[in-house]
Amino acid sequence: MEDPYHAYIRRLEPRSPGTGILAGRTVAIKDNISTAGVPTTCGSRILEGYVPPYDARAVELVRDAGGAINGKTNMDEFGMGTTTENSGFGPTLNPRDTTRVPGGSSGGSAAAVAAGLADLALGTDTGGSIRCPAAFCGIVGLKPTYGRVSRYGLVAYANSLETIGPMGRSVGDVSTLLRVIGQPDPRDTTMRGTPYAHDPVPDVAGRRVGVPDEFFGEGVDPRVAATVRAAIETLASLGAEVVPVSMPSMACALAAYYVTCTSEASSNLARYDGVRYGPAVETARPWHDAFTLVRSAHFGPEVRRRILLGTFALSSGYYGKYYGKAQTARANVSADYARLFREVDVLAGPTMPTVAFRLGELADPLSMYLADILTVPANLAGVPAISVPCGTVDGLPVGLQLTGRAFDDETVIDIAAAYEAEVAA
Amino acid sequence: MSGVVIGLEIHCQLDTRTKLFCPCSTDYRDDGPNTHVCPVCLGLPGTMPAVNRTAVEYALRVAKAFHCEVPVECEFSRKNYFYPDLPKGYQITQYDRPLALGGYIEIEGDGGLEKRVRLTRIHIEEDPGRLVHKGGGDRARYSLVDYNRSGVPLIEIVTDPDLSSPKEARRLIEHLRATLEYLDVYDPEKEGSLRVDANVSIAGHERVEIKNISSYRGVEKALTFEITRQRSLIRRGVAVERETRHFVEERGTTRASRTKVEEHDYRYFPEPDLPPLRVADRAAAIELPELPAARRERFRVQYGLSPNHARTLTGNPGLAEFFETVAGDDPVLAATWVADTLLGELNYRGRPVGSVGPARFSALLALLKSGRITDRSGVEVLRIVLDGDEHPDAVVERLGLAVTGDDTVSAAIAEVIAEFPQAVADYRAGRGNAINYLAGQVMKKTRGQADPRELGRRLADALAEDGPCT
Repeated sequence: MEDPYHAYIRRLEPRSPGTGILAGRTVAIKDNISTAGVPTTCGSRILEGYVPPYDARAVELVRDAGGAINGKTNMDEFGMGTTTENSGFGPTLNPRDTTRVPGGSSGGSAAAVAAGLADLALGTDTGGSIRCPAAFCGIVGLKPTYGRVSRYGLVAYANSLETIGPMGRSVGDVSTLLRVIGQPDPRDTTMRGTPYAHDPVPDVAGRRVGVPDEFFGEGVDPRVAATVRAAIETLASLGAEVVPVSMPSMACALAAYYVTCTSEASSNLARYDGVRYGPAVETARPWHDAFTLVRSAHFGPEVRRRILLGTFALSSGYYGKYYGKAQTARANVSADYARLFREVDVLAGPTMPTVAFRLGELADPLSMYLADILTVPANLAGVPAISVPCGTVDGLPVGLQLTGRAFDDETVIDIAAAYEAEVAA
Repeated sequence: MSGVVIGLEIHCQLDTRTKLFCPCSTDYRDDGPNTHVCPVCLGLPGTMPAVNRTAVEYALRVAKAFHCEVPVECEFSRKNYFYPDLPKGYQITQYDRPLALGGYIEIEGDGGLEKRVRLTRIHIEEDPGRLVHKGGGDRARYSLVDYNRSGVPLIEIVTDPDLSSPKEARRLIEHLRATLEYLDVYDPEKEGSLRVDANVSIAGHERVEIKNISSYRGVEKALTFEITRQRSLIRRGVAVERETRHFVEERGTTRASRTKVEEHDYRYFPEPDLPPLRVADRAAAIELPELPAARRERFRVQYGLSPNHARTLTGNPGLAEFFETVAGDDPVLAATWVADTLLGELNYRGRPVGSVGPARFSALLALLKSGRITDRSGVEVLRIVLDGDEHPDAVVERLGLAVTGDDTVSAAIAEVIAEFPQAVADYRAGRGNAINYLAGQVMKKTRGQADPRELGRRLADALAEDGPCT
């Protein structure tokens, strides 16, 4: 099969054992999730030639469920990006409009599913990396509760924020894939809660849906806002009680997110020094020069930028000012969610402030960071959030984002399923 | 030593079966490099640490033995720096929320009185791998990395600057080592199982950190050298520089680090892959075994041992248990033979006390107590038993070492009196030491089998019977 959108970094001949709930279904795996014997690059040249000797827990579970893994998908290098343009292997194109980006960083997984190259895909979401490309490509993507899916084998970018999650063409598919991967793993000791064993119940009657003002603020395309408000009206028509709410902690969420993720990244990416895997150090040079050279030559510009930002934020004398403060802001976001979820069952709003950007449109990093404003709060608090297609603007998909209580991925799935069933009807 | 201020940072490997964050075995002594490794301890992308509960339990035993305060929760942090032996580019350690705070270690101070050395903290961390420089020392052409050690659990014990001499530092380390062995958390036989960094200053002057001390004898040597160096600088009016120096074991000296000390910024932050660890509950549930100080006291009271014997015999749990097994109905005799003779013989042979069969040693003690062999023969028998595979009774039998019966000794005495009239005359003339000469001759005739304690009396009796003093 052709790959006109460059969704994959590496195609694999699917070998399905033919039993289990994924039997006969193809699954694409984002290339930052380890696959035994298959190169795993994270979209980075610095991992060129690295072949993991082990499967990530999620991959193990997909194989056990009979899923046919048909390739490793393209992504922004180490997950750092919102467009899948920051890949060491070239950009992925949006199947809905090839002049547009698919969103990121799980753009390859979203494009593969949207184009029908795979039935399902695993993505990863650190600050919106599943939901953004799901919204831009018109598919469903879920960021599960932090701790519900094992991260063992997910190449770390920002450990305290990221999770592996399911992507598919329907809420039912996403729920099925979460059943497969939402299983315990003693190797990830940050896991909590019970395994996900839910079948979607498409019913929203009597549910309280909060709509935070801040999700429709400055920077949100009015046509996207109108599309999402219409979707929320649909929920109301199905018996949901829509409640306007406020989430003031949003003001600091983006800053808290970028300080936290760059800090963790600066540490997580220290291991790429050319000693054990990837392009080798020149041994004739002194150690310090040798590893500096490897890292300068093989990390892309966005990765280098985030490593430098994070190194600065953690340095002594600045820790309290940046990392410490970011943790306070993060706690405020969690407190806001906790307060809101005493009043409502889910929060609804747009996934992204706009539709998919043109390739090359977000040239400066700051405007790219700003595009994450609606997705990062869920990562800061670890709560589940889904993006479901809810219409188009200029023919480009718009995503409705539903956010739920921690470890209540089930309710998020149910309400998304209710919406999906209604629009399909 | 007045004016000397010393604080120690002691790293001890915990003797767990598996590493701190992965199931790899820690017993790599007999195996080649990089054979006890897995994706986790190699820091392969995507791997995550899972804490070894036994390592935490061991560390808590140590904290409890040294009276530390254990918080409800502790937390792991990352210490970030680049080095080829550090496969993740950071070491997982503990920073602002360690496993234990405060506490103290009691040692015998230089004044002979009990002294409390306060502890700052105890924390758990992972050992990095090991670099092997090829081409020799400073002129290495390249280095190889062995990750077998990567991820082995360590505790770091930090003392307050309460020590006043290299001897006190050595005693602290010795006491610490003994306690760790009693707690059954430490194997002193493993290479690099105890490593010390020492901070030392002369009051009123800058302090110097000595790194790379890997034995407890080295601690005393390094500190003694360093204090002499600092004193001599001060005497010459040269300021002591605040610096890090390395201990050169072979020469017993310290040398300045090759590179100028740069203030490392380790950018510590909480390890996001490990949730905080609840430890106070676990510490509370721990029941400590009898520790060296308590056992020493018990040995003095229960067995009537001298303070010195009690101290020596409680120096490690294996030795203490050996003594208790052989103490029998004459513990003082047993203590003397274990502490003063057996230890020396073992030390000479480089063997542990565990290599001696207590039953055989008890048999030897029985021979000595009954007077069947002399002390001198006892040492001979012990050596043969240690070097071969013979029972003491068999050795005595084979070599005819049993104290000779009365007839033989009496005969020898009579012969000697007849053969050495001059010595007999001297004795009778009041020159008392002449009897020693005669005793020597009797010993010669009996090939050392006469009991020397008895012999003097019996000779004196014989000489008295043989003729009146003039």
